Amino acid sequence: MSEPTLKVAGLRTHFFTRHGVVKAVDGVSFTVEPGKILGLVGESGSGKTMTGFSIIGLVDPPGRIVEGEIRLKGRDLRALAPAEWQAVRGDRIAMIFQDPMMTLNPVLRVDTQMIEAVRAHAAVSAEAARERAREALVRVGIPSPDERLVAYPHQFSGGMRQRVAIAIALINKPDLVIADEPTTALDVTIQGQILAEVQKLCRESGTALIWITHDLAVIAGLADEVCVMYAGKIVERGTVNQVLDSPLHPYTRGLLDSVPSRNRPGAPLRQIPGMTPSLLRLPEGCAFRERCARATETCLSEPPLYPLGDRQVRCFHPIHAEDEEPVV
Amino acid sequence: MSEAPLLELRGVSKRFVKTLDAAAKIARRLGANVREEVVHAVDGVDLAVRKGEVVGLVGESGCGKSTLGRLAAGLHPPSAGRRFWKGREVDALPPEEQRRVQLAIQMIFQDPYASLNPRMRVVDIVGEAAVVHGLVAREVQRDYVAECLGRVGLDPSLLRRFPHQFSGGQRARIGIARALAVRPEFLVCDEAVAALDVSIQAQVLNLFIRLREELGLTYLFISHDLGVVRHLSDRVVIMYLGRVVETAPTAEIYAQPNHPYTQALLAEIPRLDLRHKTFVAIRGEIPSPLAPPPGCHFHPRCPHAMPRCKIERPVLREIAPGRFSACHLNDAPAGVAPSAQTEVTA
Repeated sequence: MSEPTLKVAGLRTHFFTRHGVVKAVDGVSFTVEPGKILGLVGESGSGKTMTGFSIIGLVDPPGRIVEGEIRLKGRDLRALAPAEWQAVRGDRIAMIFQDPMMTLNPVLRVDTQMIEAVRAHAAVSAEAARERAREALVRVGIPSPDERLVAYPHQFSGGMRQRVAIAIALINKPDLVIADEPTTALDVTIQGQILAEVQKLCRESGTALIWITHDLAVIAGLADEVCVMYAGKIVERGTVNQVLDSPLHPYTRGLLDSVPSRNRPGAPLRQIPGMTPSLLRLPEGCAFRERCARATETCLSEPPLYPLGDRQVRCFHPIHAEDEEPVV
Repeated sequence: MSEAPLLELRGVSKRFVKTLDAAAKIARRLGANVREEVVHAVDGVDLAVRKGEVVGLVGESGCGKSTLGRLAAGLHPPSAGRRFWKGREVDALPPEEQRRVQLAIQMIFQDPYASLNPRMRVVDIVGEAAVVHGLVAREVQRDYVAECLGRVGLDPSLLRRFPHQFSGGQRARIGIARALAVRPEFLVCDEAVAALDVSIQAQVLNLFIRLREELGLTYLFISHDLGVVRHLSDRVVIMYLGRVVETAPTAEIYAQPNHPYTQALLAEIPRLDLRHKTFVAIRGEIPSPLAPPPGCHFHPRCPHAMPRCKIERPVLREIAPGRFSACHLNDAPAGVAPSAQTEVTA
């Protein structure tokens, strides 16, 4: 087997605040193979975005990576000096944010921003860079790219802006793209278009993709492998079929059950009681214990990430296929 | 039909006009090509909601669904068309009764952060309207608010707190408690669960279902989330660029969408049971409502578009009992009709 594009092992990113240490990412490990799509699923505050930020080296104080290993094609990213990071970020690793206006500079034309992205990493002429920018726009399905190149971001619709952001992320053919909820703010028909393009681009170029989202249905159609995060930790990891068809962790199961399409229309939805705990006041032991119907005294100590066949689950009482009613 | 609908909108339109400022007026005098920009946010829509019914209003951003919700709630005066409450035209009622109608229709807003005044305590956010309208005496406001909070599943002891001390899901509940505090009969919920996490969304949806049963409420539930709408609604109304393109009972519209736009919309929803789906995009984007295409608004994106669609606006016609669709294909000889070839379940 070839070397994975990305290997993350035992990653801990903590925030040292006045109120105490917030363990936003607390011992996260996974790998992504070339051309594969990893879905990182969780609710707000689960640490999924911070995991992405840690990989691309964008954690700001008071946050800091306190422990762990991040390797891109075997290269240790944590050992990089700031100057070396500049050569990696935007070239080998790119990120797509939820709000494309965060990526695009509102006072610069699109061509200026795209050419800059190319020439920051390759010694090419402005013409050649412009040609690459044009190709990148074509690749993400933007019609009449020559006119669009000389437009400003505010002249684009939300979906078009996100395409430009994706085009910039892919322009240097990175090894890894981290996409943080890039379609959450978009309409379904536009989301469908963007998913179609991202899927095609990964397949063709062998780029590995981490897709961060709270939407399990998007993951179902897109991802190869899924990591479910809760309170800074991965609670379940497996292939998309394993996790969605036979979830092992009660939290994954609860998330799937609360999706309206899995319930009889009009009937009360099956819901997870309570709410996500504050990371400052996590319950002792398993963080999901207080919302979990299967919790016992064992759960007062912290469960490790158990291997179960080729998948993993962080639970003392995982759900087995035989002791539950089938998923609707 | 024995009883008049609880709320009925007949041929309502809403136009937003961007008037010219002084500089533009001068420029026009000098011969520049500047004109007032007019957006037809809602364009001749009929909508009737019966008592106890939950109507889901679905569409993409910019289709006018929020504006229609505000027209229904009386927050915007319509540019054209009439509004009826229990069979009587609202504008023709005496002012006293108009106010009562206004109280009977309440709205729940999308953003649980922006729709609560950050400088007011929950006891006032929820209780103010009820006191002002004389529904409860000021002396019993605290007890009344505590009761309202209890009904939406919040701890009544929190009533001295400010909005920032609550999570998103709790704020959504405060918004619901505020709407219910004036004892409405009709709730317009504008993307009321869109900002919430999946597990919290399920809790709030359950609250809506429970309140409907307990208080006999009628909902106009506006959402872009077809899964949520399917779960909650009895009937679904699909909008595209200011017009209603299809309306039908929920089960039927999901099983057999008639309008090509509805079909495309249902096909695009990501589904849990579809793995490694190859996403096929519907073409193009929603055109600008400033310059909607002539004829059928959907024709530039429609796979079945005919020459007629570019000229003639299709009317919303009854294609089966209780089912309405605005598409020229329904006039075509049988066999060419776009009736869904595929069973779509969201």
